[in-house]
Amino acid sequence: MGDYSTETISHIDREFIADLLHKGERLDGRAFNEYRDLEIEVNVVAAKAEGSAIVRLGDTSVVAGVKVLVGEPYPDSPDEGVTMVTAEMSPIASPLFDLGPPKENAIELARVVDRGVRESETVDVKSLCIEEGKKVYMVFADVYPLEYDGNLIDASSIAVNAALLTTKYPEMKWEDKKVVATGEILSLPINNIAVEHTVAKIDNHLILDTILKEEFAQDCRLTMAIDRDDNFTAMQKGGGSGPMSLELVDQAMEMALEVHKDIYTAIEEAVKSVE
Amino acid sequence: MSPEVKPDFLISPEGLRVDGRRVDEMRPIELKVGVLKQANGSASIRQGKTYIIAGVYGPRELHPRHLTLNDRAYLRVEYRMATFSVPDRKRPAPSRREKEISMVIANALKPALFLEEFPKAVVDVFIQVIQADGGTRCAAINAASLALADAGIPMRSLIPAVAVGKADGKLLVDLGDEEDKYGQGDVPMAIMPPTEEITLLQQDGSFTREELQEAMQMGINSCKYLHELQKEALRRAYVKKAPEDGNDDDDEDDFEDDLETDLGEAELMEDE
Repeated sequence: MGDYSTETISHIDREFIADLLHKGERLDGRAFNEYRDLEIEVNVVAAKAEGSAIVRLGDTSVVAGVKVLVGEPYPDSPDEGVTMVTAEMSPIASPLFDLGPPKENAIELARVVDRGVRESETVDVKSLCIEEGKKVYMVFADVYPLEYDGNLIDASSIAVNAALLTTKYPEMKWEDKKVVATGEILSLPINNIAVEHTVAKIDNHLILDTILKEEFAQDCRLTMAIDRDDNFTAMQKGGGSGPMSLELVDQAMEMALEVHKDIYTAIEEAVKSVE
Repeated sequence: MSPEVKPDFLISPEGLRVDGRRVDEMRPIELKVGVLKQANGSASIRQGKTYIIAGVYGPRELHPRHLTLNDRAYLRVEYRMATFSVPDRKRPAPSRREKEISMVIANALKPALFLEEFPKAVVDVFIQVIQADGGTRCAAINAASLALADAGIPMRSLIPAVAVGKADGKLLVDLGDEEDKYGQGDVPMAIMPPTEEITLLQQDGSFTREELQEAMQMGINSCKYLHELQKEALRRAYVKKAPEDGNDDDDEDDFEDDLETDLGEAELMEDE
């Protein structure tokens, strides 16, 4: 992630990657619009988390877990529950990650994945209200990278979606001014699903699902969240300050739309496997 | 929000524990070596419902510099629980408990390592608890020790660890979550198997001297069993790989012998 391009890759490596792209090739032999092998395993924290998933995208892997808690609503939305995505760049995942409080890269990762979930209105927050102004469900989806070989955003987005879709939590009701369990088990009220796809720009080439070396060589990246109806619900240009022409942005959107269904289907299949 | 109910009894009239185990029976344990590609060494452990991954980086340059030790490598252990690993969401920032456990784990692992081979460097051990169901510090040591071996850090021996405890007046090995929460005491311990020296010892709850002596003996026996599982896990990871990337002049038997020597356990094997 982030702007390592000048620091950690030699000019020779960068040129090599760029030259390959000019010839229409990538380091690992994939097509420009091809994801690495995707594996989704859900309910990996079955005993403690309400929802969870491990996603492996090539040699990148992340684990996401969902906790559903009861809490007080924000004063400006008394009848809405809360959803929140956080991410930590745990140093276990890469020699490049340092110990300590989250740096801007980790914050960007969390906020970009969070926006994908929030802006697409994936979870119907109105249905997460237990008693207006008093108690609502708070849904936390937390992401921990385990192995970092590029493209943490897409892996995290897939993991968070798979975890949310498999979340089961006990129903609560408001009785005698306190919250009591009804004994029913609920699934999250899911409205929509938006998966994020990240396209990197190297010279005038666009490639999907970068491995780490390609990420180092990128001028910038563009992340797009696309929902079930092929609408774009969130975007983020980051990973370097290289400019992008309108034409390239349009081309990136097309690439993302092309692969969207496949990723979406993979998530659905993983979710179905436990139903 | 996962439902938490206090069980009526921790030892049934038949002498069995809440999950049906005998008092000296461990939970099912699955150890895997080499689970993370980015790390220099890694291992995972599933012990009952507890699930932990450990990754080792190094020996490598130490930042910040002021921590540098001139005569040996600095062993930095970071034990962290995922927010979703426990019934209530854990706050993401490191807690005092996590910091203390990181320290005692470092102290438990250190005696086995030849850190003096790498002056001024750091060996980083990152431990991520994915699901916590009792005995996480001991399970973490079991995995971390394997990860260190996988990273090729020279060591006198692997370090196995287990939590012994007391519930309904009986001594138990490998406490589960409920036994930990509602039992009468907890004695997590780790040993260096060749010498049976204890490298981690903590206790809470109330024990008599005799009980503690017995508990520690039970712990040592369980640690020896765990040690066998650890060696097996290492062999599984390395013997399988031997035909692909082992040296051509090494046949498989030689490879296995080398492994034992590397672990400094040749003597122990002769004893058996």
